[in-house]
Amino acid sequence: MKYFPHTQDDIDKMLQVAGVKSMDDLFGEIPGQLLFNREFALPEAMSEVEIRKFFDALGKKNNQLICFAGAGVEDHYSPSIIAPIISRGEFLTAYTPYQPEISQGTLQYIFEYQSMISELTGLDVTNASMYDGTTATAEAMMMTVAAAKKRNKVLVSDTMNPKVKRVIETYAMYNGVTVETVAQKDGVTDLEQLQQKLQGDDVAGVIVAQPNFYGIVEDYSGVADMCHEKKALLVMNANPSALAVLKSPAEWGADIACGDGQPLGIPMNYGGPYVGYLSCTNALVRKLPGRIVGSTTDVDGKRAFVLTLQAREQHIRREKANSNICSNQSLMALYVTIYMSVMGYKGLREVNKLSYAGAHYLSEQLVATGKCSMAFDKPFLNEFAIKTTVCAKQVQAALLEKGILGGVRIADDMLLLCVTEQRTKAEIDLLVETVRNL
Amino acid sequence: MIRNYDKLIFELSKEGRTGYSLPKNEFEGYCICKGIPQNMQRTDVPELPQVTEFDVVRHYTNLSNKNFGVDTGFYPLGSCTMKYNPRINEEIAAHPAFAGLHPDYPVECTQGALEVYYNLAQSLSEVSGLAAFTLNPYAGAHGELTGLMIMRKYHMLRGDYKRTKVIVPDSAHGTNPASAAVCGLQIVEVKSTAKGTVDVEDLKPLLDDTVAGIMMTNPNTLGIFETEIPEISRLVHECGGLLYYDGANLNAVLGKCRPGDMGFDIMHINLHKTFSTPHGGGGPGDGPVGVRAGLEHLLPNPQVKKDADGQFYIDTDESSAGYVSNFLGNFGVIMRAYTYILTLGRENVKMVGPLAVLNANYVKESLKADYYLPIEGVCKHEFVFDGLVDKSTGVTTLDIAKRLLDYGYHAPTIYFPLLFHQSIMIEPTETESKETLDEFIDVMKRVAREAAENPDVVKSAPHTTPVRRLDETTAARYPKTTYRQMKG
Repeated sequence: MKYFPHTQDDIDKMLQVAGVKSMDDLFGEIPGQLLFNREFALPEAMSEVEIRKFFDALGKKNNQLICFAGAGVEDHYSPSIIAPIISRGEFLTAYTPYQPEISQGTLQYIFEYQSMISELTGLDVTNASMYDGTTATAEAMMMTVAAAKKRNKVLVSDTMNPKVKRVIETYAMYNGVTVETVAQKDGVTDLEQLQQKLQGDDVAGVIVAQPNFYGIVEDYSGVADMCHEKKALLVMNANPSALAVLKSPAEWGADIACGDGQPLGIPMNYGGPYVGYLSCTNALVRKLPGRIVGSTTDVDGKRAFVLTLQAREQHIRREKANSNICSNQSLMALYVTIYMSVMGYKGLREVNKLSYAGAHYLSEQLVATGKCSMAFDKPFLNEFAIKTTVCAKQVQAALLEKGILGGVRIADDMLLLCVTEQRTKAEIDLLVETVRNL
Repeated sequence: MIRNYDKLIFELSKEGRTGYSLPKNEFEGYCICKGIPQNMQRTDVPELPQVTEFDVVRHYTNLSNKNFGVDTGFYPLGSCTMKYNPRINEEIAAHPAFAGLHPDYPVECTQGALEVYYNLAQSLSEVSGLAAFTLNPYAGAHGELTGLMIMRKYHMLRGDYKRTKVIVPDSAHGTNPASAAVCGLQIVEVKSTAKGTVDVEDLKPLLDDTVAGIMMTNPNTLGIFETEIPEISRLVHECGGLLYYDGANLNAVLGKCRPGDMGFDIMHINLHKTFSTPHGGGGPGDGPVGVRAGLEHLLPNPQVKKDADGQFYIDTDESSAGYVSNFLGNFGVIMRAYTYILTLGRENVKMVGPLAVLNANYVKESLKADYYLPIEGVCKHEFVFDGLVDKSTGVTTLDIAKRLLDYGYHAPTIYFPLLFHQSIMIEPTETESKETLDEFIDVMKRVAREAAENPDVVKSAPHTTPVRRLDETTAARYPKTTYRQMKG
């Protein structure tokens, strides 16, 4: 076995030093009835040649589709330089940077990641990353409850992506947090109802989305004041890519911003790995879960980076920690850091412009077929909900025959369609033509 | 010779430089400025770097040179299982037929991907002795949380709401009590015996009808097998509780014995430890959770199932513990772990535990004359020293760890477990050769000698690393966590 370096001679010599007679004796203390004594029902070992053939064959059972689905996961372009850099063994095979003297690479790119995400959200502090956007939002919810001390109710807008909402609700149920939904009106948060629900003076946090699940850019004017007047924190789950063109969570007055970094160039990977981001104001930094990297100096006065504010964390505080989070999603944080570096602010704006143009062209063309109408008359960037006159399932089936993933079906007569800079006019025209011919 | 690189990416920035190329706009006449109301548009300019593609490549390549990974050298970090991360796993995970799949693809278009998920779950069941696995949790601590949610849901569905306590040994990983707290459970600590194992006599009076279960790892964090596990299992089950297995130490027993056979009901596995997926500087990992027969319906949604025709589909169960992830976990990590299992095959999987244990015992016995071994006997995949045998030198575990960096090694896990004051926890893993271990042993002995003969060189270590000991106090007192804060 190529991964095991032990020759029989090594084993014999090592057993002697270890003071046992046989390999079995290394497990001599284990009660006999616990020992596993048959062959594993697993395939026999495969060579690399066989492994490649095996996965090629399995891969043929997947179809490659032209992707018009979004709902939190978008098919953006990923620059060629990212994969080779993150594949460097020094990054790839390192652990959490517990020994800062030999982990400055990891620590510095996390510092750069924190800086860039803070620039996009406009908030003071960002942690070293979370598992994904759904769990980052659940952690944000728990932060609001921890900050409020005696309140355990959280309001979540019904325009939140249901995949995020169901994770929030799961965490809340076990954590003893009550989640109430704020209804939507015409595809946006019902702000009157939000105001009413805040009147009980028992709300720790309000969680909204930008753009929301339907792709709509919501107007949150006055919402932060509404929350803060009632001593509730405002949490904004935002698409980080869109923050290059949209008012930042900080500008809206949010206390916490969170979301998934996948739209920053991470391949769709059938749902993961992605990276969740979590930013907050300075006032909340001690409530922030997870790793945080800070700058400092070494004994020679040289600039260096280190894990900091660790008194919040599980390995120090155990059950009194802010969260059980131990790891971060470091390598994926590097992924988006490289992405943001090559794109810059201008590149990110350009991505949004192209996606916006394609999405608006698509929506107009679909409406022009007479088979569809816009579900909402609200501003959107690169994703929108459309009503279909024939059943949405049938539309998707017809598109699938043309090799197109026709968005996400969110009602019997409604599709959520997303366009990125990777969709060409020809691809969009094929989608429209297929719908027209239905 | 690698130059001493100390720039931040922001410090390379120059107005007007770009590093991207994007397609031409094929759609004329659309402008965000018209479609999005002015008050919802961004007005301030986020300070992202303006650099070329080449700047970025060189910058991060230089940063990588300041990092130490398993590929660089021996990484005996206890409890982290820093084994070799094969490159074929990376190649397969990036396979374009898998990496481009959107989670909302119809299942008839993702049969290959679902088969990988299903087969890995089955393989984990086989090696762990539990009936079914979810691969949805993203990490070990996330697996713990998911497992505890399953435990609570199990009791809730039986209408037994008073079971809100979970028993955790004092030697447990910090995530155990922290996960329990996030899950809304109260923690009750059970003491260890002088031999480092759970004190069954201390456990007995803790067991009543308010106990949801117990969290254990076996072997425990001292690398010692809990031989009384059949009795512990009997006692906990008798009181109506469930047994949770923290899979952080599974590498020790892989191929030799199975948590399911020990009596555990729920467990998580760290794919990034036992199944060789890279740690990536902290993540992504994956923390599959397994349950014994009868608890399958409690696994988180969505669940991957196979119908009578061999077709895979995605299901949800109303009695599930809930949703803990966006979709089916870190699928890319799942691809890597499955590749590793197929590469090892049934004939080699069973050698993982034994060879890991052989390596650990070899290092332990070779060093115990110089480093104080508080608990004698055969260990499993790791063991713990409590500092040097010679306590007169004033050299601490931290000093030893830092001195090892000078010699080109990553340090062991230090000051954990908390049972000893100067813990040095060493886990060599099965992929290290006798020669590598011999060199490490020589260096450890040399450091012990230095501690006696020239303690200052150890106390002031490291000397040869890109940076030396850091001022962590100032970092925490006046936190500067972004470039903007750093500039002041």
